[in-house]
Amino acid sequence: MTVGLFIPCYIDQFYPNAAIATLNLLSKLGITVKYPVNQTCCGQPMANSGFEHLTQGCNDLFIDNFDEFDYIVSPSGSCVLHIKDHLHSATAEDKALGIRKKVYELTEFLTDVLKVEKLEARFPHKVGMHQSCHGQRGLMLAQMTELVDKPYSKPLQLLKMVEGLELVELSRADECCGFGGTFCVAEEAVSVKMGKDRIADHINHGAEYITASDMSCLMHMEGILRRQNSEVKVLHIAEILNAE
Amino acid sequence: MSTERKDHAALSDIFNKDEARVDWHDETLWFVRAKRDKAAHNIPEWENLRETASQIKNNVLSDLHNYLVEFETHATNNGVTVHWAADAAEHNQIVHSILQKHKVDRLIKSKSMLTEECHLNEYLHKNGIDVIDTDLGERIVQLAKEPPSHIVLPCIHKKKEEIGELFHEHLGTPEGMADPQFLTAAAREHLRETFLTRRAAITGVNFAVAETGEFVVCTNEGNADMGAHLADVHIACMGIEKIIPKRKNLGVFLRLLTRSATGQPITTYSSHFKKPRPGQEMHIVLVDNGRTTQLSRPDFRNSLKCIRCAACMNTCPVYRRSGGHSYHTAVAGPIGSILAPNLDMREYADLPFASTLCGSCSNVCPVKINIHEQLYKWRQVIVKEGYADPKKKLAMKAMEFTLSSPFVYKNAGKAGRWFMKYAPFTVNNKLNLWYQQREMPAVPKESFGEWYKKNKKND
Repeated sequence: MTVGLFIPCYIDQFYPNAAIATLNLLSKLGITVKYPVNQTCCGQPMANSGFEHLTQGCNDLFIDNFDEFDYIVSPSGSCVLHIKDHLHSATAEDKALGIRKKVYELTEFLTDVLKVEKLEARFPHKVGMHQSCHGQRGLMLAQMTELVDKPYSKPLQLLKMVEGLELVELSRADECCGFGGTFCVAEEAVSVKMGKDRIADHINHGAEYITASDMSCLMHMEGILRRQNSEVKVLHIAEILNAE
Repeated sequence: MSTERKDHAALSDIFNKDEARVDWHDETLWFVRAKRDKAAHNIPEWENLRETASQIKNNVLSDLHNYLVEFETHATNNGVTVHWAADAAEHNQIVHSILQKHKVDRLIKSKSMLTEECHLNEYLHKNGIDVIDTDLGERIVQLAKEPPSHIVLPCIHKKKEEIGELFHEHLGTPEGMADPQFLTAAAREHLRETFLTRRAAITGVNFAVAETGEFVVCTNEGNADMGAHLADVHIACMGIEKIIPKRKNLGVFLRLLTRSATGQPITTYSSHFKKPRPGQEMHIVLVDNGRTTQLSRPDFRNSLKCIRCAACMNTCPVYRRSGGHSYHTAVAGPIGSILAPNLDMREYADLPFASTLCGSCSNVCPVKINIHEQLYKWRQVIVKEGYADPKKKLAMKAMEFTLSSPFVYKNAGKAGRWFMKYAPFTVNNKLNLWYQQREMPAVPKESFGEWYKKNKKND
């Protein structure tokens, strides 16, 4: 099995450690991972701003880069959801459709495809899990509090395999952090207030770290935490699942 | 976006100047969302109910013409006068003409979002007719000369102390009195006299049953009933999407409506109106006002399934922190943001962007409207129709150019991290809005791509 590693643009640029942890974690589990070096971005920032019609270049590039793999895995629920919902091609729609079916967010790939039951990971800290909306409500990585259905959570299932890790309960288990792509600057006041409230929930419950399956939410919350000179840190879930 | 009117972001900015108040507003509405969750979780077949309601509404929307004609036939046979209004102006004229015929210059109205949408109060006021809203929350915002900020809880943005002040000024309650029970009693006393002396009553309609010609009005205060029963003329105003095929469908919708809205099992009063009592006149005004246009938009037609429960507002993390007035439209929140652009795309171009697309709205919607997907789709329509900010257009073009080419992307990344300037989260950052209340991400010494080239490329 060869996995194509899809690293979102802002992770590539700002959070290489989350990408390195994803690569190392998959390798540790015996997977052959390749990173197509010509990848850029899934196009979501443009599409969510109403400019989906400008994303064909990104789409074509994505298809060229990832068509050959058995699976495509990414440490971002949001970018994976964008590909799943919106990847199209004028000339090779069958390839686009194929990719939409074989692209996975990291934690769902671990639980659903690799069916991981144990991890060699140790992280002796109190951790709050932020449920990123696109991963949760879009990819259904975890049950949503609005629905009347059985609880489950793919990321929590994995975090529970990490030695020493203590999960903190939150008052609002799956409220949005307010990042929202361009929303975070277009609607700065509400975006920041949402972020502050999310962080307060984690801090009030004693979290030392906030983790998520989407780095973008964490980037936003980290910006606020650092402005508040908080000791609380953010860490992508891949870095915790790969921690030794 | 209108130049004279502030957009959602600007209005939210003002609302957020008082953070303690935002916290209070957020907590108040979250409490309602929590009550909704509890009520929903008490019904094991909840998701099945939602699906059923959604399918019934699908059926209605695909045969709306025939259901409306069936409703009209039955209502007419019941002795009700049915009127058709193409838009808000015609609706207002119809109501006015009925009142003129009866020489009525004062009337009472129970809650109706349709009349808010049509700005009926202002219209009647200009024509010398005095309207008193009888729903307590509506009455409060009416006294404050404000529009409702929420379709179910119109004065949810007001604290009890502020209501006390209003009542002191208008109803003569003691200064500083803010006890809700006392204030409610004062409002009741004041309204009782009004109920007894008004000859015309307007109500909204929650559901109109095609097979019988009856309509159902849901209230907690009984004010619709008291108004309609005491008045010589009862005018019920409804959007044409309020039709349901059969009376038995109420068994689905009444179970969903109030659980979704406030967490109650059912409204205190679910009143069925079928025919005028002897000597009374009953009118129904069926209003289109853009609904058939929305019906013709395949991506947006199912927004007409809405039963106005406001669950999407209560759950919306943006609404809770921006307040209903920030949406500058009669129906605020996520549902308002997909309905309003249909009426005026330029005026409401900002609303589909007033969301993080978190999807919670779609999950609580009792008729399963895919609200967040429609917000995304409206964004595409608004940009294509030319209502996007030109600065944003330029930034997006720059982004397209950079991200479509691995070469440009890598070099742009290297050149002092191009992202600092053009990354998704800093677009339009003339004043760097990211940095006002957040630190920028620390810049690593190399990108992942650069690390990979050094460490892994030849593995």
